[in-house]
Amino acid sequence: MKRLLSKNTRRQTQTYAAVAAAFLIIQLLGGMGALSSSLKGMLVPICAYVVMAISLNLTVGILGELSLGHAGFMSVGAFTGVTCAVILQDLVPFAPLRLALSMAVGALFAAAVGFLIGIPVLRLGGDYLAIVTLAFGEIIKSFFNNLFLGVDSRGLHMSLISDNTHLEEGHSLIIGGPMGIGGIQKISTFTAGFILILLALFVVFNLVGSRSGRAIMAVRDNRIAAESVGINITRYKLMAFVTSAAMAGAAGTLFAMNYSTFTANKFDFNTSILVLVFVVLGGLGNMFGSIVAAAALTILPEALRQFSDYRMLVYAIVLILVMLVTNNDTIKNFLARPFARLAREKGGSVHE
Amino acid sequence: MKKKLVCLLTAFALAAGMAACGGNSDAGSSAPSESSQPESSAPEADAPAGTPTESESAPAPAAGQVTFKLGGTGPLTGAAAIYGTAAANGAQIAVDEINAENGSILFELKYEDDVHDPEKAVNAYNALKDWGMQLSLGSVTSKPAEATSTMNNEDRIFALTPSASSTAVTEGKDNFFQMCFMDPNQGSASAQYIADKKLAAKVAVIWKNDDVYSKGIHDTFTAKAGELGLEVVSDTTFADGNDTDFSVQITDAKNNGAELVFLPMYYQPASLIFAQASAMGYAPKFFGVDGMDGILTMEGFDVSLAEGVMLLTPFNADSDDERTKNFVAKYQEKFGEIPNQFAADAYDCVYAFKQALEAAAPAADVSNEDLCAAMIAQFTSMTFNGLTGENVTWDASGAVSKSPKGMIIQSGAYVGLD
Repeated sequence: MKRLLSKNTRRQTQTYAAVAAAFLIIQLLGGMGALSSSLKGMLVPICAYVVMAISLNLTVGILGELSLGHAGFMSVGAFTGVTCAVILQDLVPFAPLRLALSMAVGALFAAAVGFLIGIPVLRLGGDYLAIVTLAFGEIIKSFFNNLFLGVDSRGLHMSLISDNTHLEEGHSLIIGGPMGIGGIQKISTFTAGFILILLALFVVFNLVGSRSGRAIMAVRDNRIAAESVGINITRYKLMAFVTSAAMAGAAGTLFAMNYSTFTANKFDFNTSILVLVFVVLGGLGNMFGSIVAAAALTILPEALRQFSDYRMLVYAIVLILVMLVTNNDTIKNFLARPFARLAREKGGSVHE
Repeated sequence: MKKKLVCLLTAFALAAGMAACGGNSDAGSSAPSESSQPESSAPEADAPAGTPTESESAPAPAAGQVTFKLGGTGPLTGAAAIYGTAAANGAQIAVDEINAENGSILFELKYEDDVHDPEKAVNAYNALKDWGMQLSLGSVTSKPAEATSTMNNEDRIFALTPSASSTAVTEGKDNFFQMCFMDPNQGSASAQYIADKKLAAKVAVIWKNDDVYSKGIHDTFTAKAGELGLEVVSDTTFADGNDTDFSVQITDAKNNGAELVFLPMYYQPASLIFAQASAMGYAPKFFGVDGMDGILTMEGFDVSLAEGVMLLTPFNADSDDERTKNFVAKYQEKFGEIPNQFAADAYDCVYAFKQALEAAAPAADVSNEDLCAAMIAQFTSMTFNGLTGENVTWDASGAVSKSPKGMIIQSGAYVGLD
């Protein structure tokens, strides 16, 4: 037991260290001017996707429920967060603080929505969460595509389907239905993204290591056994799911504030599946794997630009190959052999 | 122990991967740093003409010639690919022509794929920046252009987009210009055209309510139609995801006795509407806007369904104009299809750049910022004659002023209405 715990702690420390090292290297390269604009432009989206992957891994890997609408939470976070940032524009002139507040608001709204969905659905067994989150993603997309929201001196105005907000002169819509949000001040930074990743890791690792975390994993492993020892299944499921939704909301705000414009259609089923691919590729329950997968798969399509029209084809092939390789014991052992030998020479135990 | 090592190794791999990516595109980014001053090393007017400098630029410009790197993003793959490829092809033809002339201005063109997604468009824009783009063709479609135009504005890289028509693209950006009409203008121009030609009194509109382009045109169309006494008897919508079955919308138009159905949308849903209306035995006049352009080259579309469809577009491929004929012939020879207005707009963009550059005559080693200022001065003052309009001018906001042409599809080809 002690050994298991210490192993967990060690892995967690390594994950923190790797993330910090990657951040420092990037900062250093950036300082030396060795980063291309292409990679610089991708840093914030990578951070957002990494947080999304960590968040979904909590639902899929730790809680063991399949969510197919995680981009919906990202969308809620993006829209509410950016709205908050626009409202706070004059009140909070310090951009990082404004970003932090917006992310908090985005996370809060996403968590609230996650809570509302979770109450009925998490009481059910089986794959119902997958079906409901799938529908949820579509509903959120449709909702924000038809939402008009603006602010003027009389307060906040909203209307659905067509623009009936009748804003005062000189005020324009924040959310313009199908137009999405435009004219955003880009205040997301790589540092903010890095901090958000660390925060997400901190939350997940502490949750997993806590009493509640063990209860959540017990529910995942055997629902009936968990119930028989008196674990309140719905409560623990909700806890993990709402935490996951909140992180997705913060990631959505971070993502949205990196672009001058975005629409609800960005956060569609494809984005949900993309995040799920990060999680599956990185390994269920493996946070470090999710981080690497999210970063690598965000960079990959851009690194393949030289293939021009065949880019996505090559991307798909690479994805399939990576899946095959990481799931093939022979190849894995072959790759691990040199390290095993190294370890033996060092006198360390080969057996785990 | 093993796990620890694997873990550490992956950490290194991650870092190395990122660094490699940095280094990788570094190879690409050495191109821009090389090209931000490359012209200084190239033999230019200011350099003594005889000096054998190590100029290895691809087109090998002779003395007095300046090569400009022209970049653009567009959907070269995906659902909107017809627009992106048409624009890229059109621009390519213009660049080839200009380079063949071997005049004082040469171009190097590069189009990057953005899959009609603002996020990808920003990535594509950054890739072009690494390549050393000096002048930009913006993005082909509206929403991606909105995202890249802010980048253009921040980086002071002048842009002239062939086809991104929403107002948000140019709003608040002094260095982003359009070659196409703005969405609102298309809507009111269509209503004006229908009223002027007395095409119908009762009009139905089917539009896509989660699309900027469609909504922009719909709003101004209905407003203008109200002013002109056109009766909008049916106003129905669809959205992403329910854009395959239009029976409800078509039945509504039919039951309300609409003589003309206005379709402010891209050609893909429009093709389904034609097919389903024809299956229902409903044959009103159909009226489209520039997004309809391209329907004839769509794969698997029965062209006879589009018979009699009218659309408002600035470009007429079968016009008698000498330059248009020449362009269409070259396009057909090279790409095997009749060019649509996106191709023509992109073609015009390149020539507009050429005209402006010739007038401004920037030094070879001009910085992007100075080039941008010179271009803004030129574009707001010059008059341009192209395939898509005579006496084309731009105002300071970046919007273009040219007159639309009415077109009708007859036996599988676009024919001018007047």
